[in-house]
Amino acid sequence: MSEIAQKVKSIIVEKLGVEESEVTPEASFTNDLGADSLDTVELIMEFEKEFNQSIPDDEAEKILTVGQAIDFLEKNAGQAGK
Amino acid sequence: MTLRRVVVTGLGALTPIGNDVSTYWNNLAAGVSGAGPITKFDASKFRTQFACELKGVDVTQYIPRQEARKMDAFTHYALIATDEAVKDANIDLETIDRNKVGVIWGSGIGGLRSFEDEMIDYAKGDGTPRINPFFIVRMIADSASGQISMRYGFRGTNYVTVSACASTNNAIIDAFNYIRLGRLNMCVVGGSEAAVTRAGIGGFNANRALSERNSDPQGASRPYDKERDGFVLGEGAGSLILEDLDHAQARGAHIYAELIGGGMSSDAYHITAPHPEGLGAYLAMQDALNDAGIQPGEIDYINTHGTSTPIGDPQELKAIYQLFGDHSFQMNISSTKSMTGHLLGAAGAVEAIASIKALEHQLVPPTINLVNVDEEIDSRFNLTPLTAQARPLTTVMSNAFGFGGHNAIVIFRKLS
Repeated sequence: MSEIAQKVKSIIVEKLGVEESEVTPEASFTNDLGADSLDTVELIMEFEKEFNQSIPDDEAEKILTVGQAIDFLEKNAGQAGK
Repeated sequence: MTLRRVVVTGLGALTPIGNDVSTYWNNLAAGVSGAGPITKFDASKFRTQFACELKGVDVTQYIPRQEARKMDAFTHYALIATDEAVKDANIDLETIDRNKVGVIWGSGIGGLRSFEDEMIDYAKGDGTPRINPFFIVRMIADSASGQISMRYGFRGTNYVTVSACASTNNAIIDAFNYIRLGRLNMCVVGGSEAAVTRAGIGGFNANRALSERNSDPQGASRPYDKERDGFVLGEGAGSLILEDLDHAQARGAHIYAELIGGGMSSDAYHITAPHPEGLGAYLAMQDALNDAGIQPGEIDYINTHGTSTPIGDPQELKAIYQLFGDHSFQMNISSTKSMTGHLLGAAGAVEAIASIKALEHQLVPPTINLVNVDEEIDSRFNLTPLTAQARPLTTVMSNAFGFGGHNAIVIFRKLS
């Protein structure tokens, strides 16, 4: 697992209070991990902070699962502060 | 129409001198101070470096961690105290009509620490707002009553009263009225405050309200004493279950006391200073006696507002003398803030509980640190100095006054 994926998982475990084993790539924040709309906003903000990236709203709306978050962050890694 | 009678059937307390009602009461009776050096932040540059903080509270024992982090401490305190009160009242959530159970809560300030932390974090950045989505719900004062209702499914009237240090007594009186009128069968009432923060201490320091007796925190809250120099900030919560008497009797509930009257007034005078002759306090106490339909001579004990400020303490006593005359010297008076500090919006809650426990135990908790009564105060008052006094108690009054000139008074009586 990439360093990014590991960090994403630990943020989700911390913020949503779920077990690490539940945080699979297919897991949906709202349907599987018990997040409500505010939790999701908070998660996106934490990702932005942790990875020093800015995630535009139209991109954030497409991040619904753990895997989608990791893919987005890996794809945009190294473009810090863009 | 005939008004229903309202009784108290459950109590919960989270205070600087005890994290449950029985520890709180035992320490009140023993005259224990809850003051100590501030641990919640580095207060070394503040004029006041001590407070009455809570001790050894494990929030996650009551609230799952991921839920707790979406709440300010004042909401944690509300839920913890209410947990005890609901258990104490032995409420069967499956059989009662939860649509007729309300929650009316008091908080003077709300989520002060949450506001501070978020804005300090923002100020460290480049001006781009990255406000946490839970910021507003952590901060707003009505979060406490909302969270209580969600936890138990109480779907009746729900809101928070804000009248500074009178907040909880306003909450109690509102609930009293709804139950008397038959609009609610039960109501969770109480108050919580968590203002031992940089803004709280710094703000009250700035308007010179706090004691600065840093060398002697436990001796700093000394209502009516010559050396008093301001109040000591406290934190915590008190929760009470108010209930229609018939409803309580029908389910075989333990009844602590009857709530027989509530009185309110405004000083209409100054935003922080009380009226110099205690006019607002007088009017509110008179209103409470009228509401209860009793004579001044029937009050056995007043748990005063008595914050230990140079200006406030004598004025409340002046008002008491004006209203009660020579009976002022027959009754007991004490300020339990000498032990708990001043819990601001939650003061009325923990003092209502002190008053009710005094009735139960026929014991008046003391005004500790009262060594030399201020010359401005008539020496004939029995201010219950230093140690608790046993006496027959039937009817007790609890006073609360707030910045803004708000006055709210409640009267409890042994059920007859």
